[in-house]
Amino acid sequence: MTNAHADTATTTGGTIAVPSAAPRETRADRWRNFWADYRQSPVAVVSLGVILVLLGVSFGAPLVSPQDPYDMAALDWMDAFLRPGTTGSGGYVHVLGTDNAGRDMLSAIFYGLRTSFVIGISAGVLALAIGICVGLSAAYFRGRTESVLMRIVDLQLSMPAILLALVMVAVLGQGVAQIVAALVVAQYAYFARTTHGAATVERSKDYIEAARSTPLPTRRVLLRHLLPNVMPPLIVVATVQVASAIALEATLSFLGVGLPLTEPSLGSLISNGFKYIHTDRTWLSIYPGLFLMVTVVAINLVGDQVRTVLDPRRSR
Amino acid sequence: MAGYLLQRLVQAVIVVFAMSVIVFVGVYAIGNPIDVLIDPGATAEIRENLIRQYGLDQPLWRQYLVFLGNVAQGDMGTSMVYNIPVVDLVFSRLPATLELVLVSVCIATLIGIPAGLYAGYRPDSVGAKAIMALSVLGFSVPTFWIGMLLIMGFAVQLGWLPSGGRGDEGSILGLRTSLATADGWSHVIMPAINLSLFKMGLLIRLTRAGMVEAMSTDYVRFARAQGLPDRQIVFRHVLRNISIPIVTVFGLELGSTLAFAVVTESVFNWPGVGKLIIDSILQLDRPVMVSYLVLVVVLFVLINLTVDLVYARLDPRVRLRGEDA
Repeated sequence: MTNAHADTATTTGGTIAVPSAAPRETRADRWRNFWADYRQSPVAVVSLGVILVLLGVSFGAPLVSPQDPYDMAALDWMDAFLRPGTTGSGGYVHVLGTDNAGRDMLSAIFYGLRTSFVIGISAGVLALAIGICVGLSAAYFRGRTESVLMRIVDLQLSMPAILLALVMVAVLGQGVAQIVAALVVAQYAYFARTTHGAATVERSKDYIEAARSTPLPTRRVLLRHLLPNVMPPLIVVATVQVASAIALEATLSFLGVGLPLTEPSLGSLISNGFKYIHTDRTWLSIYPGLFLMVTVVAINLVGDQVRTVLDPRRSR
Repeated sequence: MAGYLLQRLVQAVIVVFAMSVIVFVGVYAIGNPIDVLIDPGATAEIRENLIRQYGLDQPLWRQYLVFLGNVAQGDMGTSMVYNIPVVDLVFSRLPATLELVLVSVCIATLIGIPAGLYAGYRPDSVGAKAIMALSVLGFSVPTFWIGMLLIMGFAVQLGWLPSGGRGDEGSILGLRTSLATADGWSHVIMPAINLSLFKMGLLIRLTRAGMVEAMSTDYVRFARAQGLPDRQIVFRHVLRNISIPIVTVFGLELGSTLAFAVVTESVFNWPGVGKLIIDSILQLDRPVMVSYLVLVVVLFVLINLTVDLVYARLDPRVRLRGEDA
């Protein structure tokens, strides 16, 4: 990413003289280099594949799952608590068994995974946007704005995410939008801190001084010049934060303060299975938990590798 | 230094007040606790009396002022569900939580630091790679699910350990604790392991990173040139040098262990404050919610303040930077 700011500076009008030392990398080159580096770790490649498959089955849930777990009419009480691998009244095999309402677990997991992804990704994106605004403003305007904003951010960072999320859930109540809001409040500070750190370093560099000396509006300098150069560390934080948002949502739902079972996420499925933990119906909680674990670990592993590849200290 | 101290104190007080307003207003904006408390068949008169008794007919700002006035006198209100003062309720639950946190912190330290040292000492060995892989799992797999697997394995399938609750209490030096009895230990060990995993992962990573960095420094090279045995270098010199950041992060994380106890306590039905807050959210027990949240905020602000001040004392650079320290 060494040439990143050279690129952005020339695309914004060409009035700024940019020293061009090396031949410019195009966007496609950069992606190719990135992938070549990323590929070095087989574990990370497998993790990426796993995530893509999980995204596929969850967003394609209505197409790939044998049953619509939301359709109460399709559920049959006779099918309740079937063991994994049993054929139910629908005439198909319940690969992962059924729950207390006769719901096919595999279908419920696919739909639940979708809810988890939607919540995790939207919370991650919103937190990213808010965090960028806060961090960039603090680094750019400095002075009082900076000290007030970063004080708040530091304070929030010092509190565990689960605690902030609990406060928010206690205040906002339950539901998808409320959970997303709670997660954003609990997580934006990580993005704000990272943006602020990176932007403070970038800010003192010559290209920003140059851009500021032109009559370009502040907004443009911030978004077109500063932002692209603080993106790499943010991408890493974003990956990790999506994983932790998914885990946090599952935790809240498990505690009974997240989503109700009528909108099953992986957490509420596990919570439902937890009621039967003293029986031998272990499939009710083990399988949704396995999916949750694989999802979270895979995202983290991908994040780890992206961090390694984007690390500026690493020699190409 | 005095100015810095004063500035941080004022900030801490402002934060506590701001958080108490947010929590109070937020919690009081949801639901009507009277509907939860009262039998739907009760007469309008009983209803009115109860509403007046809890002060719910007053405007919000006045309720907040009454709350503040009571807090100043050490009265955090009365639980609507248990009908006893919140202060008593929280303090009756606190020992259980502290016990759990204490044991889990010990487990995390006793396993995490040696494992991290080893992983940093022989970073390319199979053992080190296994340790690092486990630390990633401890980091990213949700606590509640691991807790559930522990119950399934050790309580339901094997029947070795009880699946929940606190067990018999005994007394050590006049303190009533379940750590004094064998039954208490059999109850505490599984939740404590569960709660320790996250912190253990963190400690392993921190120690390993410090160790790897320290092993390539001049003082280690010099000690080796002197012919000191590795064991002595690691435990005498390296450990002492890398312990400062570890202790700092560990101190900060102590507070978050208290918060994460919420999850573990719910899974293992542990009668601590974490279980109390979840129950109170589910039952709309406002005084307990507000008091717990405000207490925890105060606790965190105090921890941060202490860390900041200790840092300012230890590190002159922090002191000189003044406001953004």
